[in-house]
Amino acid sequence: MNKLTKICAASALVFASNHSFAADVTIEIQNLTQGMYFTPIAAVAHTPDASLFEVGEAAGPEIQEMAEGGSLAGLTTIATSISADVLAEPTAGPLGPTESVSGSFMTADGNTVLSVVAMILPSNDGFIGLDNWTIPTEAGTYTVYLNAYDAGTEANDELVGGGAPGTPGMPAPPFLTLGTGGSGVTAAISNANIHIHPGNIGDDDAAGGTSDVTNSIHRWLNPVAKVTVTVN
Amino acid sequence: MIKRLKLNKMRLALLIGLPVLLSACSDDEIEVIREVEVIVEVPAPVPTPVDVSYEVTVTNLTNSQPLSPAAVVLHADGHLFSVGEVPSVALEQMAEGGMNTGLLSLGMASASGAGAIGPGGSETISVTIQDVTDAKLSVATMLVNTNDAFSGLDALDLSTFAVGDSWTATAGVYDAGTEVNSEAAGTMPGPADGGEGFNATRTDTGYVAMHPGVVTGDDGLTNSVLTVQHKFDNPAVRIMVTRIE
Repeated sequence: MNKLTKICAASALVFASNHSFAADVTIEIQNLTQGMYFTPIAAVAHTPDASLFEVGEAAGPEIQEMAEGGSLAGLTTIATSISADVLAEPTAGPLGPTESVSGSFMTADGNTVLSVVAMILPSNDGFIGLDNWTIPTEAGTYTVYLNAYDAGTEANDELVGGGAPGTPGMPAPPFLTLGTGGSGVTAAISNANIHIHPGNIGDDDAAGGTSDVTNSIHRWLNPVAKVTVTVN
Repeated sequence: MIKRLKLNKMRLALLIGLPVLLSACSDDEIEVIREVEVIVEVPAPVPTPVDVSYEVTVTNLTNSQPLSPAAVVLHADGHLFSVGEVPSVALEQMAEGGMNTGLLSLGMASASGAGAIGPGGSETISVTIQDVTDAKLSVATMLVNTNDAFSGLDALDLSTFAVGDSWTATAGVYDAGTEVNSEAAGTMPGPADGGEGFNATRTDTGYVAMHPGVVTGDDGLTNSVLTVQHKFDNPAVRIMVTRIE
């Protein structure tokens, strides 16, 4: 009986010491909007000296290709090169209005901050963003609300176009119901740095007007996403 | 007649027998002491119910969206509303028509605001429950110049609230998902329209989400009777909760 107790105590110690080296983290991301979609999400735990994006600074090419077209290729390459822990399913479908997605990882020692990004559809270069959020060391459940950012890399013309960096217009995957024949809301980039997205304007003319998005459906107010982090 | 006679004889015999038995007892002079234990059940003292009271102050932060009488509900568990979930009919009645009676009946205790809360206005609503200190608190109120927009608070855990504790937060605007946001004449109950409130037919997504905001006629929704005055952003409401006893 005594022996068994000792063994139990020893294994508990081993478990406790494991916890100081790495964090067992579960992340759930919910789309809070009524009519917007998110492209597959990248959640990255990395060291505090790294950063996927900074509000008020120009977007890197990896953020640009994510924000304009939903591609996670560049970001996952960077994440791997800095030994980050990555939760990303580039082949996953879009995250529809109010839908949630979740995943878990064991963060490596030193990867103490969390960043989350995904493109917002339909938009020219809108994305949800969490930038270097410190993962709590105390076990528990934490909630963070995310705003919509504008990458500042493409004019918000709100026209059906392409998602490749430098190609004007918005990607138009088949699950989106978009208008046609818009004249373009604007051709100018007023702020080329990452900033809070001014929102879509849209119109109520599916076959003309200035925009190819619908004003009573494809708008949003912040926050647009809820991130629930459980530290086990 | 014969039967009757027989019965009478039996009764007589009994009457005679009893005195004999009694006299035998007294003659022997045996004192029998019987200990009788009497158990009297005294009811446990009934504790006086303790009132647990909260004051909930709702402040309207919008430009021109009166809030319907706020529903303040104390409930044991569950949610009044939740993003991604199908709303209850009670929530739909509040979000489309400003009627809070359905929501008020859902809780262990509840209270309604006295009336609409105008832009910039606020109201403090008291709610009292007896002996329960770990209830959930929910608040709901409609932005009346909309189709089905509402704000509020869902299932705030009160178990850590001591008397005198206060908590303040701002709340965003939700869309009940039960009525399409047409903003058209005759569809909104507030003063901007004076149209229909609750309608049981559901004509939108069917689930609760964050509200995309009103478009208004000034911003390109041709059939909207709303103007730029009715636009709102998050947050729209401030809610302060104080436990007062």
